[in-house]
Amino acid sequence: MSTTTTDTKRPAAAAPKTAAGKAADYLDQRTSVGVAVKEFARKIFPDHWSFMLGEFALYSFVVLLISGVFLALFFQPSMALVYYEGENPASMHGELMSIAFASTLDLSFEVRGGLLMRQIHHWAALVFMASIVTHMMRVFFTGAFRKPRELNWLVGMLLMILGLLAGFSGYSLPDDVLSGNGLRITDGVVKSIPIIGSYMSYFIFGGEFPGEHIIARLFTVHILLVPALILALIGLHLFLMVLHKHTQFPGGGRTDKNVVGYPLFPVYAAKMGGNFFLTFGVLALMGATMSINNVWNYGPYDPSPVGAGAQPDWYMLFLEGSLRLMPGQTEYVIAGYTLSLNVLIPAVIIPGLLFTFLFVYPFVEAKVTGDTREHHVLDRPRNVPVRTGLGVAFLTAFIILAVAGSNDLVATHFQMSLNAITWALRILFFVGPVIAFWITKRICLGLQRKDRELVLHGHESGRIVRFANGEYIEVHTPLDDQERWLRVNYDAYKPLEIAPATDARGVKRKGYKADKRWQRLSKFFFEDRVEPVTPSELAAAHSHGEHDSLGSVHEQHDALPAGASSTEQER
Amino acid sequence: MKALAARRHHRAAPVVLLLLALLVTGGVYAVLAPSPAQAETASTADIETGKKLFQANCATCHGPNAEGTAEAPSLVGVGAAAVDFQVSTGRMPMQMNGPQAMAKPPQMDEEQTAALAAYVASLGAGPAIPTDEQVDPALGDPAHGMALFRTNCSMCHNAVGAGGALSEGKWAPPLTDVSPRNIYQAMLTGPQSMPVFNDANITPEDKRDIIAFLDEQRDGSAGGISLGSLGPVSEGLWAWVVGLGLLIAGAVWIGAKSS
Ligand code: HEC
Ligand code: HEC
Ligand code: HEM
Repeated sequence: MSTTTTDTKRPAAAAPKTAAGKAADYLDQRTSVGVAVKEFARKIFPDHWSFMLGEFALYSFVVLLISGVFLALFFQPSMALVYYEGENPASMHGELMSIAFASTLDLSFEVRGGLLMRQIHHWAALVFMASIVTHMMRVFFTGAFRKPRELNWLVGMLLMILGLLAGFSGYSLPDDVLSGNGLRITDGVVKSIPIIGSYMSYFIFGGEFPGEHIIARLFTVHILLVPALILALIGLHLFLMVLHKHTQFPGGGRTDKNVVGYPLFPVYAAKMGGNFFLTFGVLALMGATMSINNVWNYGPYDPSPVGAGAQPDWYMLFLEGSLRLMPGQTEYVIAGYTLSLNVLIPAVIIPGLLFTFLFVYPFVEAKVTGDTREHHVLDRPRNVPVRTGLGVAFLTAFIILAVAGSNDLVATHFQMSLNAITWALRILFFVGPVIAFWITKRICLGLQRKDRELVLHGHESGRIVRFANGEYIEVHTPLDDQERWLRVNYDAYKPLEIAPATDARGVKRKGYKADKRWQRLSKFFFEDRVEPVTPSELAAAHSHGEHDSLGSVHEQHDALPAGASSTEQER
Repeated sequence: MKALAARRHHRAAPVVLLLLALLVTGGVYAVLAPSPAQAETASTADIETGKKLFQANCATCHGPNAEGTAEAPSLVGVGAAAVDFQVSTGRMPMQMNGPQAMAKPPQMDEEQTAALAAYVASLGAGPAIPTDEQVDPALGDPAHGMALFRTNCSMCHNAVGAGGALSEGKWAPPLTDVSPRNIYQAMLTGPQSMPVFNDANITPEDKRDIIAFLDEQRDGSAGGISLGSLGPVSEGLWAWVVGLGLLIAGAVWIGAKSS
């Protein structure tokens, strides 16, 4: 076979000698994959630990796929009833339960490695969602969602929601008391939707709750529908990421026109491999040593009991908390129909508002900045005080709801009254985000002013000099180029300017009202701002008085070379 | 097999601990703990001692003849079981005025407790202290106990008895290291916010099954560290702290290695 290859156009010297080389050559000749590999291997990735958060989500998903396939080999999604034959655990022996629950017990106590796999799967689900959320925080606070990446933000949002759906459907599969409680709440929430609610509930459960179909249906959703969608969207997400190339943190030599970092091969690939094994290792360690969802503690589902400490997994806690905080009196009967605002508001409207905020934020921000340029250099969170404030306010609301979802545990562990906690959180839910916003914005503005100060006057050196005329000054050492670059290269947007209400002939302009509204929002964003130091300001600062003869360097902050060991590439 | 060995090991632990606690607080008498049956056949001497102890320690609240005052309920007819439960868990004599009388290290030794119980039992018929056999977890059926616990107790005490919150600062305590005798008595007498589960409600055999179930929980979890058996909230917290914590630490470390 090798003769045929050498006989074609290429010179004999290029013929690969090793087995791996031959295989690669074989592939390359048939697919020209080499071109793509070469292109891809030279792709430059900027470097920062927070760029790994998304990767952790990806690797946890791989763990979920592998452990999930194992579970699917043994789990039986049936709600038919059986008496549990197994000896272990003793508290379940001879109990009447669904086949789904019995097979979960079987998986845990009879199948070799089954409990380990269940625990790895569940821990991986929790870590998957945690890394998605932290990844989103990174993207939000650094403004990585700006043009051209708004679409990828939307893809990410869908992935997050699908993750919630995956977790929820999986949590419901074992058919223990907790998962049944969760489904019961879902049923209630669906039924609270006016007019179509009860029909939808019947549709979902195939009759009155709990019925006999829901586990089998959720099984299909959980192992087929949602993972397939997630996989497809992850593909799109990564494709867009490679297409746009990764964003980079600000710094000398980094512009919207280049990418500074390490080539995918070998540096970045090695790091990715390292992170992959790290994720596998951590999840395996957790699965092996920390118990999670011991369903035999809760027992088979039965609609009557609800244990103290019955909660959903953490990523659903905000919903639980929202329900717990809502006063129950808001249920009305209108002309014989019940309108359950006590469920509708906390379980549909509040999460709806939260998600809508995340969905539309990039577009709103684009509109109020009036900025249509592409951005590839990230923002330092302090340089966009209102965005950072809104993000922190959002997180505050989310955390308050999650704490409300755990109010009983807070009560027992901090010896407080459950009623007092609930009232405090009700108030905090409205006040907390506002306070958090205000404090964060102030801190950001303060940090920006500090930056200005530093750029203009340099670091305090602690060296006091006395002049001949008796005057004391402290010598300030000027910032080096990298430090200065970081602090002066940002956009301080001004509130939008809009066309006047009437045109030249005094005719009312269409769309003025909408413009006015956008302008007001824009004012909210950019009224308070700290402008970056301009080159002339810097020059002025350096030449006032004779003190700067003490060794300050005059330099314009123009293009700097990128860091020594990294590579630069055109976008 | 390993699990079996661990189980035996664990089963002894609470008993040893209990004995130690009694040794410290009750002195030598603790070792020769009077069998609860003695309380029923209490001598008049016991009742006399009990009465004296009562007058010294309890009468300020419960009244000189245990008839009750504005502060505390009458103890006529609450039975020896109620006194034994309240005093041996340290709840009585009550100290702090809070939402709920706190359990604390018992102030009376075994003998004094028995005397107090005998005295109160002599005031009017009430539930007696259960016998050792009635509370022996080895004789109960944990599976049946679990079913009963799930429907009768888990809404307050959590699915495996890890404890839970009630309204207005009250709480249902964790049952992880309550003695079998006290578990039985708690059901029988319903302390404070807890309902009474009399013998018609949950038969003596059923009570023993519940004790067997709670005893089984002390063997630990098959899955590893139990994380307090508090359910998804503590699991979520650990997923963030251990899971994400290790991942980010690892990422920072790998990042530092490469550059
Ligand atoms: C500081 C006041 C106070 C003292 C001292 C006190 N008690 Fe009590 N006791 C109470 C109160 C109040 C209650 C009711 C608790 C409740 O149900 O909320 C109570 C309840 C009880 C009960 C439970 C009654 C029932 O209905 O089950 C018993 C038994 C009891 N006490 C025994 C004693 C004994 C024995 C002593 C002395 C060793 C004692 N108490 C000392 C205040 C006191
Ligand atoms: C309405 C809620 C409620 C229910 C239901 C309930 N309990 Fe309790 N339980 C309590 C409260 C509150 C206390 C604390 C009483 C006190 O401190 O005096 C308690 C105390 C106890 C104690 C004593 C704990 C200790 O630390 O000494 C035991 C044992 C106990 N319960 C067992 C049970 C069992 C078994 C059941 C089911 C048959 C049950 N409880 C049902 C609320 C409840
Ligand atoms: C997409 C991300 C996924 C998430 C977030 C997720 C989450 C979960 C969760 C929280 C459970 C409950 C586990 C327990 O404690 O028993 C679960 C169960 C299960 N999952 Fe997943 N899962 C995912 C993907 C998958 C995939 C891809 C498969 C199979 C191909 C799968 C198969 C199963 C099975 C069979 C169960 C039931 C196991 C049992 O009850 O013991 N999962 N999942």
